[in-house]
Amino acid sequence: MLEVDNVSVNYGAVRAVHSVSLSVDEGEIVTLLGPNGAGKTSMLSAIIGLVPVAEGTVTFEGQNINRLDTESRVARGITVTPEGRHVFANLTVEENLILGAAIRRDADGVARDLETYLDMFPILRERFKQSGGSLSGGEQQMLAVVRALMSGPKLLMLDEPSLGLAPQIVDQIFKLISGLRDHGLTLLVVEQNAQEALKFADRAYILSSGNLEFAGTAEELRTSADLMKAYIGEGVS
Amino acid sequence: MQYVAEQALNALSIGAEYSLLALGLAIVFSVMGLVNFAHGEFLGVGGYIMYAMALFGAGDIWMILPVCLLTVVITAVLLERVAFRPVRRAPATTGLLTAFGVAIILQNVFLMGVSPRPKAVPAVAVLNTTVDIGSFTFTILQFLEAGVTAIAIVLLVVFMRRTKLGLAMRAAAHDFTTVRLMGVRANRVIATAFAISGFLAGLAAIFFIARRGAIDPFMGLLPVLKAFVACVLGGFGSLPGAVVGGLVLGILEVVLIILLPDFLAGLRDAAVFFIIGAILVGRPQGILGKKAELGDKTA
Ligand SMILES: Nc1ncnc2c1ncn2[C@@H]1O[C@H](COP(=O)(O)OP(=O)(O)OP(=O)(O)O)[C@@H](O)[C@H]1O
Ligand SMILES: [Mg+2]
Repeated sequence: MLEVDNVSVNYGAVRAVHSVSLSVDEGEIVTLLGPNGAGKTSMLSAIIGLVPVAEGTVTFEGQNINRLDTESRVARGITVTPEGRHVFANLTVEENLILGAAIRRDADGVARDLETYLDMFPILRERFKQSGGSLSGGEQQMLAVVRALMSGPKLLMLDEPSLGLAPQIVDQIFKLISGLRDHGLTLLVVEQNAQEALKFADRAYILSSGNLEFAGTAEELRTSADLMKAYIGEGVS
Repeated sequence: MQYVAEQALNALSIGAEYSLLALGLAIVFSVMGLVNFAHGEFLGVGGYIMYAMALFGAGDIWMILPVCLLTVVITAVLLERVAFRPVRRAPATTGLLTAFGVAIILQNVFLMGVSPRPKAVPAVAVLNTTVDIGSFTFTILQFLEAGVTAIAIVLLVVFMRRTKLGLAMRAAAHDFTTVRLMGVRANRVIATAFAISGFLAGLAAIFFIARRGAIDPFMGLLPVLKAFVACVLGGFGSLPGAVVGGLVLGILEVVLIILLPDFLAGLRDAAVFFIIGAILVGRPQGILGKKAELGDKTA
């Protein structure tokens, strides 16, 4: 579904991603791991078109999308919940979700999806008329994910969905993510919480200082103490 | 009593005019961080189109009003397209300089295309017709200004709350990138902001010119400054703040005209700005602005 081929990303003279290739097949959950500053967010930004690709190509459903702007990529079915959630704090939960479905013309389908997700996340129904900014961190993360789902994406990218959340909330969020597979979604999940991410992911990539250090199955990485030690380090929980 | 009622309506109508202009400035600023100092020239565009229409025999007021509104809206959208879009990613000061450049160009178009001297525009003067209600005397214009502004504000609120584009504009004021991640085109959001600011300025142009009865190339200068002050007073970038700031400014002006003895009348503007300065010392964020410290996240 998504092919990233030798992509580099530059910020001015600084190269943040060095010729990285990765792919995500339909129905897969792929996780992109790596320490702070590894270039994970830059990679997602290049895929969604928020930063230009300096070299290489991004292909989605067989078509080169390098030259498409972000809005067109979203229209094609790629979406991202950005790092730090970026819930619209001045809009209500309802308005956040309506805006999430901005590209859709099927009002009936939108209303149906909204009901489905509100049933899945009763807390969002409870907070429906409250401002996004008044939600807790975990609730905001749920809102951000559901908002992204409202666009009816084919590929959903999540940038550090567990960032800054309490452990029980992290569990909830990860449960939600692995449940999305059953909805026919394809997922690319950026995480620093490698151990958790590897539990639900099919395959994993590891970035470090902008270079691809590992590509393989999650199983392979999870079960190899050496690999975990080499790339993820001990301090992870 | 009669005097108070008349002056109250007067203050309300002048305040409404400032509010219309301030709202336009605030809408554009809120979505793209641009202080459009060429906003005052929208009054000029409206004024000169009225003048031209009367000159060419299309002076019927029912023709003039819609054409004036439409022309100002088109001008606003066009300016965004040719002048502001190319510098959108540039630093804020570049946008500001562009706005000054646009203002100067438009002033010179008026100046060289028509005349450096004021021209009478009697076409909308009928709005100054007075009506007597009991013992009170008002002009149609005063009612229209207060009423039309109120209606425009209600429509704007409905638009911002009930339409996807309106939601996107409110969201963009805090986080434009994420609005684009929803698939909403940045160009559409910004063009809409300019169209709305042009529409509100077109309404203000009609009232402004009805009140003054004349146009000149630099007629937009003082109004845009006052609209700017109204925005600062209300809390910059806040739409309710722009309305409140405009009204307070109008009321202050009228109250000071009444209170200041004749020999001090020339100090009216100085006194108005002194009072506004005092308000801002007490509330630096403006009347409705949120208090923010350096380093606060705005989202
Ligand atoms: N807008 C930017 N301008 C300049 N440099 C940037 C910009 N964004 C990121 N960088 C640099 O690019 C490198 C990769 O950053 P990136 O945000 O992609 O890392 P990350 O893996 O997402 O890190 P984290 O886990 O902390 O979110 C870093 O060295 C960072 O300083
Ligand atoms: Mg990141």
